[in-house]
Amino acid sequence: MTQRRTMTRSEDETRALARAFAAELRRGDVVALSGELGAGKTHFVKGMCEAFGVHEPVTSPTFVILNRYGGKDSTGNELLLYHLDLYRVKSLEEIYDIGYEEIFYSNGIAFVEWAEFLGELLPPRRYDVRLSFGEQEHERTIEIHSVEDKRDDASSVSRRKARA
Amino acid sequence: MTILGIETSCDETSAAVLRDGVLLSNITTSQLFHSQYGGVVPELASRAHQRLIVPIVEEALKKAGVNKSELDAVAAVYGPGLIGAILVGLSFGKALAMGLQIPFVGVNHMEAHILSNLIEDPKPEFPFINLTVSGGHTQLVLVKHPLDYEMLGETKDDAAGEAFDKVAKMLGIGYPGGPMVDKLAAQGDPKYVDFPRPYLDENSLEFSFSGLKTSVLYHLRKIQFDPAKQNGALVQNLCASFQASVVDVLIHKLIMAAKKYRVRDIAVAGGVAANSELRRRLLERAKKEGLRLFIPKFEYCTDNGAMVAMAGYLKMVEGRTSDLELTAEPNLELQ
Repeated sequence: MTQRRTMTRSEDETRALARAFAAELRRGDVVALSGELGAGKTHFVKGMCEAFGVHEPVTSPTFVILNRYGGKDSTGNELLLYHLDLYRVKSLEEIYDIGYEEIFYSNGIAFVEWAEFLGELLPPRRYDVRLSFGEQEHERTIEIHSVEDKRDDASSVSRRKARA
Repeated sequence: MTILGIETSCDETSAAVLRDGVLLSNITTSQLFHSQYGGVVPELASRAHQRLIVPIVEEALKKAGVNKSELDAVAAVYGPGLIGAILVGLSFGKALAMGLQIPFVGVNHMEAHILSNLIEDPKPEFPFINLTVSGGHTQLVLVKHPLDYEMLGETKDDAAGEAFDKVAKMLGIGYPGGPMVDKLAAQGDPKYVDFPRPYLDENSLEFSFSGLKTSVLYHLRKIQFDPAKQNGALVQNLCASFQASVVDVLIHKLIMAAKKYRVRDIAVAGGVAANSELRRRLLERAKKEGLRLFIPKFEYCTDNGAMVAMAGYLKMVEGRTSDLELTAEPNLELQ
């Protein structure tokens, strides 16, 4: 597990950090975002979507639960981005119902807000992004962890090599 | 012409029967549960829709006194919304139309909200400006003809109704927060805290409520607000101050659009149209500006089958039926 911690001082800085981080993302990746209401989870997703060339406005999926955006990967190929928000979800059964497997184990990239609700359904290989409030009003501490699949180390290493 | 309208794009399962533009029945989950099962809270997503679609449609037909064989068309929402949820109503609607060998009409959920203004008299005259405000949407639209729209502005982040719900959550006053904030705000001082008004650029018809939500949060942190030890008057004042900001922005942009496009009629649809402060102040302002204000009855403001049947009817009149291969479009935009 690798871990980074950054302090941002504005929404724009949070978005810029997200854009830079997005360069590491590959097809099939899942980014699990957590943090209190107003911590900037949707802003972080906006930044990642910008990095993939999404032109339409990225809005909060709280009510509709799932939004999908068409982006482009680094080679210019179509890339599907899923933006899932589990704020209103009350049970794991509802997450099964949303079709989470299709979203997490896809050829696209999934961003999940309120990912802590996933519990046992959290994919073992993922990025955890935790946003928390700093001392000043607009400050945020953003921790990014790359979580590897312990049960499947060999194949995840080979997958990383194959990517490189 | 008799049309069955089906809505399953988000939380609500609903069906309605409309004959020659006149509504005969409109059945929603909450109504059916209220009468038959006693106030069960519906669950999210498609499983509930799957269980409810048949009894809701049957009840809508029964209440309308219409037999399936008398239907001339079936209309259902194909987007925007949650894909699994949309698919239930859409697939059911297409299958029913195919079985009955009658036309199927795919309806845009946002278009249906606008057309909810045409369900009952008095109705706005074209062109008019419509503001759809709900938990999931905030859209300002110029409605030129029944099926001809121009999108003027949308939210760039959170919908107005979502801001209400999240602020209610921060204040610890429960979910869904909109009606609770409305009720508490009625006893509060809207000038207690001067929250920012997110007007964006001077002439912008776009919306943004995420920053307002964060401003409320900063204020709560500053005063070390503890929802467990909440003070009644403080919560009422905070609700009133927050609500005043949202209502100011909604009214400002709706009136600005009405002036810019020189219309006489304005309308509000969606669940937030039930907010009493918005209704009161908008009515006052419309009168002052010489505009006529239209707000559908509450049951046609929240997601409902009646508005879908209305949209289906108007599309049928123009011969705009859909192919049975029509698929769900979760990101469908208003055209």
